[in-house]
Amino acid sequence: MTPAAALRADAEGLAAPLPALMAGAEHLAATVLLGEHGRRKAGVGDSFWQYRPAMAGDPMRSVDWRRSARADAAFVQDKEWEIAQSVMLWVDGSAAMGFASDKSLPTKGSRARTLALATAILLIRGGERVGLTGNVVPPRRGAAQLSRLAQALLADDSADYGTPDTTGMPPQSRALFVSDFLGDLAPVETALGLASDRGIRGALLQVLDPQEEAFPFDGRTIFESMSGSLRHETLKAGDLRQRYLDRMAARKDRLAHLARMSGWQFHTHHTGGPATWALLWTFGALERHA
Amino acid sequence: MWTIGPLGFAAPMLLLALIALPILWIILRAVPPAPIRRRFPGVALLLGLTDEESQADRTPWWLLLLRMLAVAAVIIGFAGPVLNPQTERTGTGPLLVLIDATWADARDWDSRIDRIDALLDEAIRAGRTVAVVPLTQLPESPEFVAGDVASAQLPNLKPAAWDPDLAALSAWAEALTGDFDTFWLSDGLARDSRDPLLAALETHGAVTVFQSPRQTLGLRPARFEDSEIVVSAVRTPIGPATDTQIAAIGLDPSGVERQLATVTLTFAPGEAVAEIPMDLPQELRNRVSRFELVGLRSAGAVSLTDDALKRREIALIAGSADREGLELLSPLHYLREALLPTADLIDGAIPDIIQANPDVIIMADVATLAEGEAEAIQTWVEAGGLLVRFAGPRLAASDTGRSTEDPLLPVRLRTGGRDVGGAMSWGEPKSLDAFGETSPFFGLPVPADVSVTAQVMAQPDPTLAARVIAQLTDGTPLVTRKPLGEGQIVLFHVTANAEWSTLPLSGLFVQMLERLAVSTRPVGPMVGDLAGTTWVPEDVLDAFGRLTAVDTLPGVAGEDLAKAIPGPDLPPGLYAGEERRIAVNVIGADTVLAPAAWPARIVVEGLAVLRETLLKGWLLALAVGVLVIDILASLLLSGRLRGTRGGVVAVLALMLVLPQPSKAQDGSADDFAFQALSQVTLAHVMTGDPAVDDAAQAGLYGLSQTLFQRTAVEPGTPMGVNIETDELAFFPFLYWPITADQPLPSRDAYGKLNTYLRLGGMILFDTRDADIAGFGSGSPEGRKLQAIARSLDIPQIEPVPPDHVLTRSFYLMQEFPGRFMGPELWVEAAPPGAELADGMPFRNLNDGVTPVVIGGNDWAAAWAMDDYGTYLFPVGRGMAGERQREMSMRFGVNLIMYVLTGNYKSDQVHVPALLDRLGQ
Repeated sequence: MTPAAALRADAEGLAAPLPALMAGAEHLAATVLLGEHGRRKAGVGDSFWQYRPAMAGDPMRSVDWRRSARADAAFVQDKEWEIAQSVMLWVDGSAAMGFASDKSLPTKGSRARTLALATAILLIRGGERVGLTGNVVPPRRGAAQLSRLAQALLADDSADYGTPDTTGMPPQSRALFVSDFLGDLAPVETALGLASDRGIRGALLQVLDPQEEAFPFDGRTIFESMSGSLRHETLKAGDLRQRYLDRMAARKDRLAHLARMSGWQFHTHHTGGPATWALLWTFGALERHA
Repeated sequence: MWTIGPLGFAAPMLLLALIALPILWIILRAVPPAPIRRRFPGVALLLGLTDEESQADRTPWWLLLLRMLAVAAVIIGFAGPVLNPQTERTGTGPLLVLIDATWADARDWDSRIDRIDALLDEAIRAGRTVAVVPLTQLPESPEFVAGDVASAQLPNLKPAAWDPDLAALSAWAEALTGDFDTFWLSDGLARDSRDPLLAALETHGAVTVFQSPRQTLGLRPARFEDSEIVVSAVRTPIGPATDTQIAAIGLDPSGVERQLATVTLTFAPGEAVAEIPMDLPQELRNRVSRFELVGLRSAGAVSLTDDALKRREIALIAGSADREGLELLSPLHYLREALLPTADLIDGAIPDIIQANPDVIIMADVATLAEGEAEAIQTWVEAGGLLVRFAGPRLAASDTGRSTEDPLLPVRLRTGGRDVGGAMSWGEPKSLDAFGETSPFFGLPVPADVSVTAQVMAQPDPTLAARVIAQLTDGTPLVTRKPLGEGQIVLFHVTANAEWSTLPLSGLFVQMLERLAVSTRPVGPMVGDLAGTTWVPEDVLDAFGRLTAVDTLPGVAGEDLAKAIPGPDLPPGLYAGEERRIAVNVIGADTVLAPAAWPARIVVEGLAVLRETLLKGWLLALAVGVLVIDILASLLLSGRLRGTRGGVVAVLALMLVLPQPSKAQDGSADDFAFQALSQVTLAHVMTGDPAVDDAAQAGLYGLSQTLFQRTAVEPGTPMGVNIETDELAFFPFLYWPITADQPLPSRDAYGKLNTYLRLGGMILFDTRDADIAGFGSGSPEGRKLQAIARSLDIPQIEPVPPDHVLTRSFYLMQEFPGRFMGPELWVEAAPPGAELADGMPFRNLNDGVTPVVIGGNDWAAAWAMDDYGTYLFPVGRGMAGERQREMSMRFGVNLIMYVLTGNYKSDQVHVPALLDRLGQ
């Protein structure tokens, strides 16, 4: 194979998941109807919201003369507030996210990317600006942003466990962190602290494999992390189950607590379940703070 | 070879390896199972957790045991275990294998052949030449051949249904030469021929006897005792009480052979013979053709019956009322005495007697019969009855048969008869002449003391000589006979009492009646009785007790038959003579069975063959099986057997271990019948093309809905019918869409279809191609229809005539459109010569519903409707199309009405006549 051909083959292989990711995300996003578009309050925008009596301070040119002619008072037409928000996404691309316990299940990473991109599609359709944290993709609007996002989302991280990147997040924006949150929680804590300091609200979406939730192992086993840097040997894996589950529950509690403290939302999604639920939750969680 | 009990080992030293098993146990126990490496992101949560048990996880004891078992099986398997190792028989030189091959062997013939086979195997290994000789079918001299040659001929060996012949056997034994050892497979019964043969064989070499101690049963012939049948059986050796079933077998009234009755016979302990009466009605008794010991495969367990068991019904009619107190002068007295033990006698008026349809009617001195009675008797004789008449004073005095031959008399009689040797006459009393060869009495000895003093005389005429079957020494006829129809009439020219002759007093009288088949013999036939007769075997028993009809065996002389010793020339069976049938059975009435006794010097071995069984393969298979279980168990223990895949493996393992549960009977056929029969159900033939089948189903659904709405017919859900497997008789109507590629029905399916058509079913053939082709062979569907219809029972067809019932069975219509408006619809042709009915626009066609309607308009598509009542296929364009669909619906309604009501509408032609008859 010539170097050019090899390069081409690699490129093809690299590019192959992109349309699939886009298609999957589009497909997922299509399941959500944007019934709540708009901010439901008067503000700067294009569509009619309400008539209200003109008050002192209203410029004369904002008076709606057609309406005012039918009454004695002058009326002003308010437009619906359609301010665009910035939503920053962080998707864990670490090695741990590449885990899938069964061939029929997607990896946690692919599910996380699909969910993030689907959320982005919905948000961009709603007119928001969406970007990735870490100055990878600055927040922009428009369909072209989606392909940039998809491109950036496909980047893998070689670390075992990912840590949230809070750089490049505009103040008062919103954020979505998608990860399995199985690594050290201290960086997460720090990131949430920083974010809430800058008035950023958002959601933590924990994506777990069903096997990580159930720990269905038995017998003598050596557990290794995805990159192989961590390992733990046990003679009776079954004995560890309860303690593992306790730790997992404690971790979820901690995350939920952190989120509550900083005004964020926390949700655990399993790759065994349908992605739509997670998408609905995510979209709702981001909308809630708008 | 080293043996323990029935087990031997080819390589016993290998068993020492079993000592290593405990060591293996310790080693296996100490080594924990190998760990599994797993990638698992959740490992971060596991860090720092320690195992609660510091000890290594040990292999559980049962898994160890399993593995030990596998290893032990391998070790023992390779040690070459043999079940029932055979010790070789010593001996060299030729080997003579004798087998009695009698009926007593038949019961376990296969095991005997197995035993010989085993003996031959040994002989082959020892390189001996062998001759296998059945004693009942002796070869001229034993031919010693190689063992494998003899072994190849074993399947030809069959037992015979008789005992070895003493004379032939001793002659054969005399002719033996050379030295040889003898293996003698005895059937276990004592015989006179045994000792001489044994002595002869011992002069040539060692003799070993094989004999099984099982019981041999023989069924003796059934006999009459006080008008009931007594069956008895004999056994040897005499043992404790045993029960055995005896079945009477014969043709039932419909001509099928079956068990007519069974009875349980119980041998008392220590008794050799058991007997039990079998109470059978007369009707049944005459049907019995043989008795069998149930479940025994041997000629000795079958006893054929002949005429001896059949009691004939004989009607006795006397001319004069019995004179009180003169018993010995009664014309019927001697007949009664002669016949009572062997026959059932009927008295009564002639009409009653004819009603009872006896086998024989005997009229003693009856001269004239009433007007209707003579005809009745003549009809009865012509149907096969035997009329025996005796002369007497009345007959002599009457005019019967004087001028013309009376139909009920074999000859014309001269007036008055004659008296000889009396006080008033010349000459001595006449005695009987010897019977001629053509006479049925031929061979019976004529006693000298029978004399005749008076008789009626036959008028000489050309037919007389042929009709005489017994005459006096002076040549005057004593007994004459003539055939009449199927039956015959016999006239004794003397009285049936002792007035005219001493014949009724002699034993000859009874024998003559017997030969005429008037009576049947009470016991076995005497030698003299059968002298000079020839008997043809009809059915022959083989050694296994199977009865075969034969017609190729030569006849047997009566003298041989009377001895009733079965042999190659006289196989047991049923022999037919002129009038009677005699059975020859293996077991006679006095046969006694005794166990064969052998001198102490003779080695007697059992028959059971203990075959060597090599266990190596089994043990190795066991080891592999155990190892497979071990693999599954290890996987399970180490947690590798998990999830769905694990489930599948576990289920597979279970399926290997558990026997397949027998498939429960599914009631699908019943469900089919219930569904089809609970309502009127329209059905369509499944073509195999899903689109066509769905359209047909939807079409019939639409038609059913329409019928439901418009008529009193309320059909159920239509059904698809597979003509190969489903029952068609449930459906009044079949819709058969033709596709070009549907398979032709099988022969059975054609049978079903033809039965269906003949029994009033109707099939609507639809080629569905009227848009592109006329009806005929112009389209693939048309050709397929022709191919299908070629083997169907379809009458001549014609296009629907304008007065066909289809045009008016519900709606009045002349065209039958479906989705297409095809040219013609074809139905069964009207009978030629149907005439126009009076005052009606149609012909007088009363009967016959056409079994087929053939067209190509794709009606199902026009009818097709989904569950919401929406039509599935477009028909035509606009309102015209809707009209066409409506007409196709009407055609469907008309068709179903025609199917369900037949030609009811056609009966309108009779309305004027009916009205006329009602007087209006």
